[in-house]
Amino acid sequence: MSSNQIDKSQTKIEIDEEKRKFLIATSAAGAVGCAAAAVPFVLSMTPSERAKAAGAPVEIDVSKLAPGEMKVDEYRGQPLWIIHRTDEQIAKLANHDAQLTDPDLEVPQQPDYCKNKTRAINPKYAVLLGTCTHLGCSPAQNFAVTADWDGGFVCACHGSKFDLAGRVFKGSPAPTNLVVPKHQYLTETTLLVGEDKESA
Amino acid sequence: MSLLTKKADELLGWVDARFPLTSNIKAHLTEYYAPKNFNFWYFFGSLALLVLVLQIVTGIFLTMHYKPEALMAFASVEYIMRDVPWGWLIRYMHSTGASLFFVVIYLHMFRGLLYGSYRNPRELIWLFGVGIFLALMGEAFFGYLLPWGQMSYWGAQVITSLFGTVPFIGPDIAEWLRGDYLTSDATLNRFFAFHVIALPLVILGLVAAHILALHEVGSNNPDGVEIKKLKDKVTGIPLDGIPFHPYYTVKDMVGVVVFFIVFAAIIFFAPEMGGYFLEANNFVPADPLVTPAHIAPTWYFTPYYSILRAVPPIGISQFPGVAAMGLSVLAFVFLPWLDRSPVKSIRYKGNLYKGWLAAFVISFLVLGYLGTVPANVWGQFGAWLGKADIATVVARIFTAIYFAFFILMPWYTKIDKTKPVPERVTG
Repeated sequence: MSSNQIDKSQTKIEIDEEKRKFLIATSAAGAVGCAAAAVPFVLSMTPSERAKAAGAPVEIDVSKLAPGEMKVDEYRGQPLWIIHRTDEQIAKLANHDAQLTDPDLEVPQQPDYCKNKTRAINPKYAVLLGTCTHLGCSPAQNFAVTADWDGGFVCACHGSKFDLAGRVFKGSPAPTNLVVPKHQYLTETTLLVGEDKESA
Repeated sequence: MSLLTKKADELLGWVDARFPLTSNIKAHLTEYYAPKNFNFWYFFGSLALLVLVLQIVTGIFLTMHYKPEALMAFASVEYIMRDVPWGWLIRYMHSTGASLFFVVIYLHMFRGLLYGSYRNPRELIWLFGVGIFLALMGEAFFGYLLPWGQMSYWGAQVITSLFGTVPFIGPDIAEWLRGDYLTSDATLNRFFAFHVIALPLVILGLVAAHILALHEVGSNNPDGVEIKKLKDKVTGIPLDGIPFHPYYTVKDMVGVVVFFIVFAAIIFFAPEMGGYFLEANNFVPADPLVTPAHIAPTWYFTPYYSILRAVPPIGISQFPGVAAMGLSVLAFVFLPWLDRSPVKSIRYKGNLYKGWLAAFVISFLVLGYLGTVPANVWGQFGAWLGKADIATVVARIFTAIYFAFFILMPWYTKIDKTKPVPERVTG
């Protein structure tokens, strides 16, 4: 022990409890103040009003989309796919349930009103966000039917495969089906994506 | 004494009475005694400092012409390359410097593994160093978005998506990081802020702490013996120590010359380094609606990216792969407490440690290579192995070895047959 240290057992240190309580209280108040001051900074990094406006619902006219064709639009900067499925393509959707990761749509990747065989309000039109559920790449369309492929999408990044209802095939790195965004039909052939009857 | 030197002495005295100039020069340079047996591996600390300075200086000049705005960023980089006088040189110095920073840092870290430089009493030096490494990875990642090319964009999209896999709060974190529902102008603008001011400040602070901690306990050396144990009885100077200046400043200058030869050769003859330093896809402007066919991070991230890809999802969650990738970097934090060997330096460690270190280095290199290529690069196994991608299976094996190097270290370092350590350094 060096000479300038005080032997605590020999010295009585008077603690002013009143002052100590005051110090603890002011420290706590200071900490709360710091946390409160951090809030505006943290929130400043959330999407701005402009970004929110750009992410507003989009209206899509599908009257000129021929059967078997697909249209790529944009919703919140993500590719939005509208696929006009032919009757044959709709029929084929039921053929490969055994090869799918989630054929019963247990993971809520779609609104409740699309939790059906075709994942659609109107079976003819598939509405999907074209962003792979693995790491956000955009899968490429591969509609040519072969002996063991009923048509769908293949992601170039890591090889995930999806059918024409955006359901993922087993063995893909993507864990879940593609997202069906909230949407509703304003007329028979006009879609509003991003808002449905429940949220409007 | 001439009048001039007398005046100079007076000026120095005036300064010293007001600022600890002479005492600091002594403490950190002329009377900082470093072991006399430093070898090749001891070039990389000073080289890392040199590259840091180069990056800061070239970075300042790039910000004079660069526009951190989604519609202008890509064009402003091309403007720097084509129209700004010598802009191409400054930009190539910065992009090449980024890759060489990691080369130097990886070799610097490997030196630590060779000679046990992370061991008691240098744990804090090591921790500050790991902090620098993490900040540097952030710095490189944020900087890579700025040219706003396809690879910039989709790389950032993939990495911010990684945060989205954290259970429960992930999607909100990802949105908060991007400041939008996707990687956009808002993301570019804040990444610019992180890249040019936030992380450089963190790195500079950590570098200062790293060096202060080093100069407090003194440098390790290839023999792993403490030179402070044996001091000259009169002067108190370690018997095996020599002043950092002039001995090691001169030695480091040789390293600097060799480094600049390599640096210049890359800048002038292969600035893209065959797509490893600057990827071909990044010469295409970012397009949120078109994903490049093959997304790979720059080479210095590929070992960790391989680990991310190798770990299979649990159920529908990608989080295990992301967590494994995070752990593969954070594992370095624990080294000082995992190594239980009675000796520090590899010179006196047994074959067991040498074998594990070799296996770790091979894993790091193989994973690094696999991270640059698609998962199906080596084709598939037959049906007997479920037609799995050969490269994925190999990546899994090397991921296991990578982690085993850390996890099993307390055991293999303890039972390893070590050699006796000499009293003094062996030269």
